Amino acid sequence: MRTTLAIRDTPWLWSVAGALLVGVVTSAALGLGTAANMLSATSAFVVFTVLVGLGQMLVVTSGPGNIDLSIPATIALSGSVAMRVMATHDSAIVLGIATVVVMGIVIGLFNYLLIRLLRIPPIIATLSSSFVLQSIAISLGRGGAAPPPALENFALSRIEGLSSLAFVALLITILTGGVLFRLVQGRSLSAVGQNARAANLAGVRVEWVRCATYVACSVLVALCALLLAAFSGGATLDMGADYMLLSVAVVVIGGTQVSGGRASPTGVWGAACFLFLINALLNASGTGAGVRAIIYGALIIGVTTIAGGSAAARR
Amino acid sequence: MIQAVMLRARRLDLRSVLPVASLFAVLVPMVAVQPNTFSYFGAVMLLNLGVPIVFATLAQLAVITANELDLSIGSFVSLVACIGATLLVRSPWLGWAALAGCVVLYALVGALIEYRRISSVVVTLGLSFVWNGLAVLLLPSPGGTSPGWLSTLMGFQSPVIPAPLLWTAAIGIGGHFLLMRSSVGVGLRGVGGNPGAMRRFGWSVIRSKAVLFGCAGLLGVCSGLTLLGLATSADANIALRYTLLSVAGVILGGGEFVGGRVSALGAVLGAITLTLASSFLSFLQIAPEWQIGLQGMILIAVLSLRLVFRGKGARR
Repeated sequence: MRTTLAIRDTPWLWSVAGALLVGVVTSAALGLGTAANMLSATSAFVVFTVLVGLGQMLVVTSGPGNIDLSIPATIALSGSVAMRVMATHDSAIVLGIATVVVMGIVIGLFNYLLIRLLRIPPIIATLSSSFVLQSIAISLGRGGAAPPPALENFALSRIEGLSSLAFVALLITILTGGVLFRLVQGRSLSAVGQNARAANLAGVRVEWVRCATYVACSVLVALCALLLAAFSGGATLDMGADYMLLSVAVVVIGGTQVSGGRASPTGVWGAACFLFLINALLNASGTGAGVRAIIYGALIIGVTTIAGGSAAARR
Repeated sequence: MIQAVMLRARRLDLRSVLPVASLFAVLVPMVAVQPNTFSYFGAVMLLNLGVPIVFATLAQLAVITANELDLSIGSFVSLVACIGATLLVRSPWLGWAALAGCVVLYALVGALIEYRRISSVVVTLGLSFVWNGLAVLLLPSPGGTSPGWLSTLMGFQSPVIPAPLLWTAAIGIGGHFLLMRSSVGVGLRGVGGNPGAMRRFGWSVIRSKAVLFGCAGLLGVCSGLTLLGLATSADANIALRYTLLSVAGVILGGGEFVGGRVSALGAVLGAITLTLASSFLSFLQIAPEWQIGLQGMILIAVLSLRLVFRGKGARR
């Protein structure tokens, strides 16, 4: 009984243990030198998954059936707009950051208004908005501009072998975790996710919380788009494609409750490292994209099945 | 009491008006722009592409009847097309066995979702990547050929009334009678409407969901095969947009996301409307980059329309 309680309280344990296990297996198989290189690479690539994962985590926590499907389109649009605004000028970096934040807010508000005004499930609302965003992104930017040199250098720089971006992501994670677990706003989110009616009766302004959740998610995703574009030397239209499945996968594997009400930022990190290392192992053993997609999909289904859902929290 | 019944009847009316009204809203300007739409060959060309979409929409309808949502139908239809273009040509027995296996897997997923009470959205999102991965393994690059009998079937030309029109009418009426008129259909819709009551009534909810997901798999197979018969070659991403189209078709047809309130005939009309709408967009010569966005806009417009219709029904 005691141990089950401990596991319920630390939902992130499984993903972190999984990441460590795969890490140990990798270093045993490839040698310590390669493993150190891999750790360094992990610290950079994981950042983008963590940022979109945190955003998706907030949305999933806000209640059963809440998922943001507009993430790839948001990445494509805000990445290309930011690169255009900065136009490779170092002096415009602040403007670029402000642009992505504003874009995140606008996209989040748009998503929320669709859900609220049309009273449709978030999945359908974000899916339809993603088509609109995608069209705007396609018509805006053919052949995205390069990032400003200073931003690119920062994205590629390393501190003690770890990517500087990892520290940015760590800071954002600590902020998110602080809001989630220490502030009233974050606790309200968990309350809404567990039982929106009860939260409403308890005086939580449910609609404000929902609105803030979608906005926060889109802002995190837009920031990720900026860093991703800087890291990969320019924005492309399909750079967000992989992050749809990844964002859901890290949330589910990281121990965040799919039916809402319980978030786990630590789990997002563990799951992101786990998936990146698995991906690296698969690449090293020459496995194709097909097998990788099957393994990711099976992992999501497997973990969801084991975690199970509650009676009240279907769909 | 009588008033309540009248109100219900009127609301039902409004709901069935929505698909017909939206069909005409697309059809009338379309005929105005391109009068050939009404000729025999015009109708064949336009409606042919609708047949696989109608099947996919009915598959989504089966899942929505169970109060769930299927985000994997698009990649499943693509996988079926890939199986049809490779295995079904090389060794028919293996091909049919693979398709049957897929349907069984679909039914099992339905049972699993109910058994563990997990989110169908997350499970089918994961499932969509499994289907897509399998399709990529089968057919890494676009190609393959359609089995001869399939192309013949889809190329069949009937006298006077275009064949695809007959097809869709038959599918719609068949679906209507199975789901709306048969006792099994009523029970299955009841599972979406009030699972607790059906359980107390002695129905197994797990089995019902397995049956509904199995039906979705079966219809998905029909959709993939008819698509292959039309396209005569396949690609792992050939039908990804069907996921959105199928959901939109069901809603446009007057279905609701929860409560087992669905209409098979409405869904068929909805699917045809959406097919025509995308042809209409290309008639208007809208730049390809805006077509996908306009489809999203159409979906948003349809969903708001649904709200207007429902609001009116409630106010009377």
